[in-house]
Amino acid sequence: MAPLLEVRDLTVHFPVRRSLLARQRQYVHAVDNASFTLAEGETLGLVGESGCGKTTTGLAVLRLIPFTSGQVIFQGQDLSSLNRAELRHFRREMQIIFQDPYSSLNPRMTVQRIISDPLKIHGQGNYRERAERVAYLLEKVGLTPEQASRYPHEFSGGQRQRIGIARALALSPKLIVSDEPVSALDVSIQAQIINLLIDLQKEFSLSYILISHDLAVVEYICDHVAVMYLGQIVETAPYRDIYTDPRHPYTQALLSAVPTFDISAKYEMSVLAGDVPSPIQPPPGCRFHPRCPIRMDECNRIEPAMKEVTPGHFAACLAL
Amino acid sequence: MSRRKNRFLYDFLRDPAAIAGAVIMLVFTAAAVLAPLLAPQDPYDLEILELGDSLKPPAWEADGDPQFLLGTDDQGRDILSTILYGLRTSLSVGFSVMLLAGSFGVLVGLLAGYYGGVLDAVTMRTADTVFAFSTTLLAILFLGLFKQSGVGIVILAICIADWVRYARTMRASVLEVKEEAYITAAKATGANDVHLLLVHLLPNALPPIFVIMAVDLAAIIMLEATLSFLGVGVPITKPSLGMMIASGKNYIYAGCWWLIVFPGATLVLFVLGLNLFADWLREELNPRIQRSR
Ligand SMILES: Nc1ncnc2c1ncn2[C@@H]1O[C@H](COP(=O)(O)OP(=O)(O)OP(=O)(O)O)[C@@H](O)[C@H]1O
Ligand code: SF4
Ligand SMILES: [Mg+2]
Repeated sequence: MAPLLEVRDLTVHFPVRRSLLARQRQYVHAVDNASFTLAEGETLGLVGESGCGKTTTGLAVLRLIPFTSGQVIFQGQDLSSLNRAELRHFRREMQIIFQDPYSSLNPRMTVQRIISDPLKIHGQGNYRERAERVAYLLEKVGLTPEQASRYPHEFSGGQRQRIGIARALALSPKLIVSDEPVSALDVSIQAQIINLLIDLQKEFSLSYILISHDLAVVEYICDHVAVMYLGQIVETAPYRDIYTDPRHPYTQALLSAVPTFDISAKYEMSVLAGDVPSPIQPPPGCRFHPRCPIRMDECNRIEPAMKEVTPGHFAACLAL
Repeated sequence: MSRRKNRFLYDFLRDPAAIAGAVIMLVFTAAAVLAPLLAPQDPYDLEILELGDSLKPPAWEADGDPQFLLGTDDQGRDILSTILYGLRTSLSVGFSVMLLAGSFGVLVGLLAGYYGGVLDAVTMRTADTVFAFSTTLLAILFLGLFKQSGVGIVILAICIADWVRYARTMRASVLEVKEEAYITAAKATGANDVHLLLVHLLPNALPPIFVIMAVDLAAIIMLEATLSFLGVGVPITKPSLGMMIASGKNYIYAGCWWLIVFPGATLVLFVLGLNLFADWLREELNPRIQRSR
């Protein structure tokens, strides 16, 4: 069966404003040649340090920012070839959940208006039907229909996140990109929201791209994991393999930083103490080489390609 | 919303300066609106003016006439009535400019901030250029081109420079609001530009505009007074506060202080009230202060 989503060589470069005298135009290499697939009803975890391009990948997949090259194939349709009007149709199928529950809800709208806004935009239902749908969704995310007349500032962070989830569900999407959905919340509330996402996934057969820098969160919910470093995906595997058999030195270092995993990590997070190099001029060869504990001579010359180490488990490292 | 409104009222009632500002604003505006009912005399009606009544001091002075509480001017007009009508002129110019220049500036700022690019570059360079000139000078140049006076022309002349402050403020506010995640959320649901601009951006970007409105009203009224004082403002038959001060200055060495002091004090007090209120509003709407609550 064809996957719900297939991303091929996705590349996003942002132009950098330089001084007038700069000869060449420079670019932030936010995402370079990222490829992955996502099956219906499954969750792909996108992990990596801050600034490695996770959010950019998520936004580009939803075509909320233009991408430089590559393809995003959703339900067999290449989204990059669609114009704005054609894309509108697909917007119903793909939604997004944000990290900051304060900035993600329009402060001047009631919860009712916030959740029914997507329905209105797509001309779905009359006023009464939309109100019913909002009530239904509020119950689904663990709130009560009576809360529909309130404003966002009357809710806690966790409740706001639930409202954001209800809005994302309003149009019955197939795919939801969740950008750090719990990292702004209290630890005690994080598990509730993750469980809610899992329950909703089962009930509505949703597919998730879950962006997180927290491997513990990812472990809990993901079927596959893609590890990003400086704009590139360096390792991708079924989640079990990532935790039991990480191959890329960067993945191993990342995992060693999570105390709950008793894995055979060979490298400590401390090897990552150095600064992440600038994405404007990424290091040549393997981008990880300035920080790699097992760097070899050729690492700064040859760019490692993705290699299938075990079935379904890919990593990009010359040492493999 | 109700809770937010209560907070607004609560903060307001605890701030004496804000209350004073609001009271001054309201009293003066009411006086201007009700001028025909309140004024003892219609200063625009030349028929009733008696030259014998000219330059009478206020009622409590030795030569005062109880009929003219604040005295009379060189035409025999009752100063109190002229102030009330002058306030009316000043305020109608003020509100008209605020409405015209304000809506134009807000629209320009909204579009420039949201779309950026060439539109942004062109409008903001224009705004910078306009801003580089003195507002007064631009208005005078414009009035010079028309070679006639009239309230409508004065309004237009002030608008030429006044929209800039709205456009700049709105643009800055839009640039901030458009980074909010709920804007991206609306885009993700397929909202078109009209929906994004009117439903999501405009209401959230507007609060800073309320602050400048009060400050701006004061500035417009001062500018109108300046123009009238310089003799390029409203017609002499419809004296505004600035015009009163201008014609009064000829008699200042003759000891007729009331010709200048009363309209001057009215102007200063009103502008002060507006600024007091605007200061409070600025604090109240400051998002940083609000967040920490
Ligand atoms: N609009 C933009 N213009 C220029 N550079 C950008 C833009 N958006 C992101 N970047 C840059 O692209 C890189 C990737 O950013 P991105 O937000 O995707 O990272 P991230 O992995 O989501 O990080 P975080 O964990 O901090 O959210 C960063 O270097 C960032 O500075
Ligand atoms: S390619 Fe070289 S530098 Fe890169 S991760 Fe592998 S060993 Fe380290
Ligand atoms: Mg991010």
